[in-house]
Amino acid sequence: MTTTAEPTTTSEIGKARVRKEDQRLITGRSRYTDSITPSGTLHIAVVRSTLARATISSIDKSEAEKAPGVHGVFTAADLGAEEIGLPCAWPVTPDQKAPQRPVLAVGRVNFSGEGVAVVVARSAAAARDAAELVEVDYEPLDPVLDMEAASKEGAELVHPDLGTNVSATWVFDSGEAGSGGSVADAIKAAEADDDQIVVRRRFRQQRLIPGFMEPRSCVVDPTGEQLTIWAATQVPHILRTMTTVTLGVPESKLRVIAPDVGGGFGGKIGVLPEEMLCVLLAQKLNRPVKWTETRSECMLTAHHGRDQIQDLTISAKKDGTITGLDVHLLADMGSYLGLVGPGVPILGAFMFNAIYKIPAYKFTCSNVFTNKTLTDAYRGAGRPEATFGIERMMDELAVELGRDPMELREQNWIAHDEFPFTTVATLTYDSGNYEQATQRAMELIDYAGLRREQEERRRSGDPVQLGIGISTFTEMCGLAPSRVLGSLDYGAGGWEAASIRMLATGKVEVTTGASAHGQGHETAFSQIVADKLGVPFEDVEILHGDTQVSPKGLDTYGSRSLVVGGIAIVNAADKVIEKAKKIAAHLLEASEDDLEFANGQFSVKGTDKGKAIQEIAFATFMAHDYPEGMEPSLDSDAVFDPENFSFPHGTHLCAMEVDAETGRVNLRKYVCVDDIGNVINPLIVEGQVHGGLAQGIAQALYEEANYDDQGTLVNATFVDYTIPSAADLPSFTTETVATPATTNALGVKGVGEAGTIASTPAIVNGVLDAIRHLGVTEIEMPTTSQRVWKALQEARGHKAQETPSDTHSPGAGLGSIDPNNPQGEVQ
Amino acid sequence: MIPAKFDYVRPGSVDEAVQALQQGGEDAKILAGGQSLLPVLRLRMAAPSVVIDLGGIPELRRIGEDDQYVMVGAMATHHEVMRNDLVKAHVELIAQATETVADPQVRHRGTLGGALAHADPAGDLGAAALALDAEFVILGSGGTRLVPAAEFFQDYFTTAIGEGEILTMVRFPKRSGWKTHYEKFNRVAQAWSMVAVAVALKVDGGTISEARVGLTNMGNVPIRATGVERALVGQQAGPDVAKAAAEHALEGTSAPSDADAASDYREHLAKVLTGRAVLAAAG
Repeated sequence: MTTTAEPTTTSEIGKARVRKEDQRLITGRSRYTDSITPSGTLHIAVVRSTLARATISSIDKSEAEKAPGVHGVFTAADLGAEEIGLPCAWPVTPDQKAPQRPVLAVGRVNFSGEGVAVVVARSAAAARDAAELVEVDYEPLDPVLDMEAASKEGAELVHPDLGTNVSATWVFDSGEAGSGGSVADAIKAAEADDDQIVVRRRFRQQRLIPGFMEPRSCVVDPTGEQLTIWAATQVPHILRTMTTVTLGVPESKLRVIAPDVGGGFGGKIGVLPEEMLCVLLAQKLNRPVKWTETRSECMLTAHHGRDQIQDLTISAKKDGTITGLDVHLLADMGSYLGLVGPGVPILGAFMFNAIYKIPAYKFTCSNVFTNKTLTDAYRGAGRPEATFGIERMMDELAVELGRDPMELREQNWIAHDEFPFTTVATLTYDSGNYEQATQRAMELIDYAGLRREQEERRRSGDPVQLGIGISTFTEMCGLAPSRVLGSLDYGAGGWEAASIRMLATGKVEVTTGASAHGQGHETAFSQIVADKLGVPFEDVEILHGDTQVSPKGLDTYGSRSLVVGGIAIVNAADKVIEKAKKIAAHLLEASEDDLEFANGQFSVKGTDKGKAIQEIAFATFMAHDYPEGMEPSLDSDAVFDPENFSFPHGTHLCAMEVDAETGRVNLRKYVCVDDIGNVINPLIVEGQVHGGLAQGIAQALYEEANYDDQGTLVNATFVDYTIPSAADLPSFTTETVATPATTNALGVKGVGEAGTIASTPAIVNGVLDAIRHLGVTEIEMPTTSQRVWKALQEARGHKAQETPSDTHSPGAGLGSIDPNNPQGEVQ
Repeated sequence: MIPAKFDYVRPGSVDEAVQALQQGGEDAKILAGGQSLLPVLRLRMAAPSVVIDLGGIPELRRIGEDDQYVMVGAMATHHEVMRNDLVKAHVELIAQATETVADPQVRHRGTLGGALAHADPAGDLGAAALALDAEFVILGSGGTRLVPAAEFFQDYFTTAIGEGEILTMVRFPKRSGWKTHYEKFNRVAQAWSMVAVAVALKVDGGTISEARVGLTNMGNVPIRATGVERALVGQQAGPDVAKAAAEHALEGTSAPSDADAASDYREHLAKVLTGRAVLAAAG
């Protein structure tokens, strides 16, 4: 990876350091929650509903209770937990309909996989064995599965007491907000004008499964002064507060530890029924209690992502100038509201206008209940959906106008000399340079050369056609200014906390509330502190993920760790330097004004007198000689509340080959040039971009959670839910350019979600560009070879069968092995 | 996930294994690499009373030859098979098909015999074994019997291996110098075949003198595409011949319709891939 901003050799910031936490993580020396077993631990297994919607007529626990090693079997009633509801912290509208989300089903089940009872046993194996002996009788009800049908009047209701399946409808209208015109007027005008056009499209955001590596787990130990929760969570601090809110345990009596956490992608942002169950059981039994889910449980019950229907209308002049954008979304919430689930699609409201100057804009989103697993944040959360919608629409508009899609984008995007720019969605983009990133990306992929090759393949009727996919994305990240979150009725602020402890020997301990789960915070934050304080990189420890160690924080999501948490660390470091300077001046018998601080050294200007920060730290520890009126401490805390989001952007281009005979889609080349401002560690950035791309490309080509007509998730294993591996993806060409953010001290923007947000529309645009001349206008994601072939067949006027997505393929082995076929040899 | 409780036996010889299998009765399962069995146990889709692990019988891992055959022990791993010089020299098609099985981790654990006895119609080795006229050495209490590939695959997950019997070896007639190719089509690199085509051609002076074609996942069992073979023999290998021969690919098939592919798509793929496989083999 190259950056245009050359790092200076002495600076830690900008150095491509190998992550210091990796030795442990990749050699199996990590400590995940499941590795933690206090003595006397009891293990639980959850009995789960096999039906999507049913009333529970009876639960017979007697056989399970008699099973070896079983300590007890409990229902919600047995635990007195019938009234407990898991929290939703984002009421997007004042009248949002929110059902009680129980820790265990009470009387009825609302999705396949919902917990019905819990078995507690001496070992996980005994608990699992006994869980199979719990007999639950259900009265099946017709499941509500189609979000569009569910949103209509008279639909069967998931929660009859709510009177509707629509949880909330959230609207932004630039005409009313005063940030733009009325989109209804713009569209009406366009329809009446021969010199304008209106393009309407429907896109589908399929349901995705986050697929983090470490399945969820928690251990609750009630035997100490504080009740300790170890959890595989992204949000230890939020989990602590929410445990108090949910169960009434005083916050001061709770300690939450997120030890090594194996990924999350948003999927570990929740407060889980199983976590609350473990607390209840630990309290009831006064023993440590552990839950670790299986992979299938994880895929079935951990929250899913995306799942939207997008109806988009764009109006433009025939010269290509966009005049209006109307967005209408249906978002499937599943059967309950997750911690921030209702707000996820709403985040898209600020991003559909993307990098373009759109004079009139309206966004309407209805959140709908169905009898499926609930949805919540998944890498990008709302922004990939919006980026997909607008970037697909830009291609569609280009096709309708007969324009080159890149040229059309440039005509409408915010020019680099127009920043800061306040958008029609009311955000102020502080900085950016779309021209620069685009120009570099087009060079790297040889855009003109690809267009020539595309022409040639079309002319020769090559069975393999070529398409060029474009996505010129931006995103809002670094969640978030607390006041903005307040205006969106989000149930928390968006600040982040840090503290720095200068130890007697000059070593440095840094605590951060942004709890890492694989991102590389330990390395990147150490680099920042080493630079700020002028101490060796190796002398900095980053401590996090334990409310006793870093008591204050709002955790890791929304690409916020560096741009919010990192700045808190910078501010804390500044306070350390300020204090150290006073003590240095005292010891050097100089005026503070005569001191300068560089490379860890306080020196008296114009002399060779000076003291290193380590010496100051030791002197402060000894406290034999320090200024009157000062505390003998350099330690400092900071809480940083950002004034704005950060707005990374980039241009992603890909060369897609489509085999018109088989429908096979081959990603031949992928180029991205991302502008994420200043870079702390280029190696970590590259890793984030690569992983992000893989996930975004996976949505375009590979992944989809499929339900059958009974509401059963049919691909709940990694055999059937096809996540791509390295063998499915090319070597990416990734570069960065840097237009520093002007809203934070480091000039940084977030990078954790960029690749995922940008890549999905680039791939689908490329697939369609390859075969549009054959009459194909739309293919739903994932654009599998079969869907491509079917679209080609239909374009040729032939019929093709529907794929029975609920029938397991024999090759997908696991789903297909018939347990009633005793002759079948399984070896 | 955690499997249901079972007993575990690890015999040191094939005779002990047969004995253990007979003692275990109907509920006994053989562990031969475990790349399908273990997931099934962990998902609790099978609950055998006893699992008999063949991993402790060194003779079952041997790969050898005589004048006519390459003999592969049932417990030779995929990795060992695809790297074996005898296999590569005399039955290269088996090496080619094996290379497409899953991913390196699976290929280091999974075995040739295990995969063939599992008889998943989407498994890659069946079509190749069928095309090459492999013979299956099956051991029971009454001794050894030899079953030709054409009779080995009986149905979906069902083979000629009877109760109390063990597959000990597969022997492949040597086809040195034949031109071969395995054309696999799947969704992601490590996935099972949606459709695949195994082709072995004997080419003399540009003319195809013998042809063997097997299809993966076009029915409940691997299918020998004899119509394609007939159309190839006596022809000069080339695009038109390959295409014309591929038109016979669907004879005798009954393509499944499932989440991976509807049957019409599989049928279309079988034809396209057969043509491509023939061309690739002919080189």
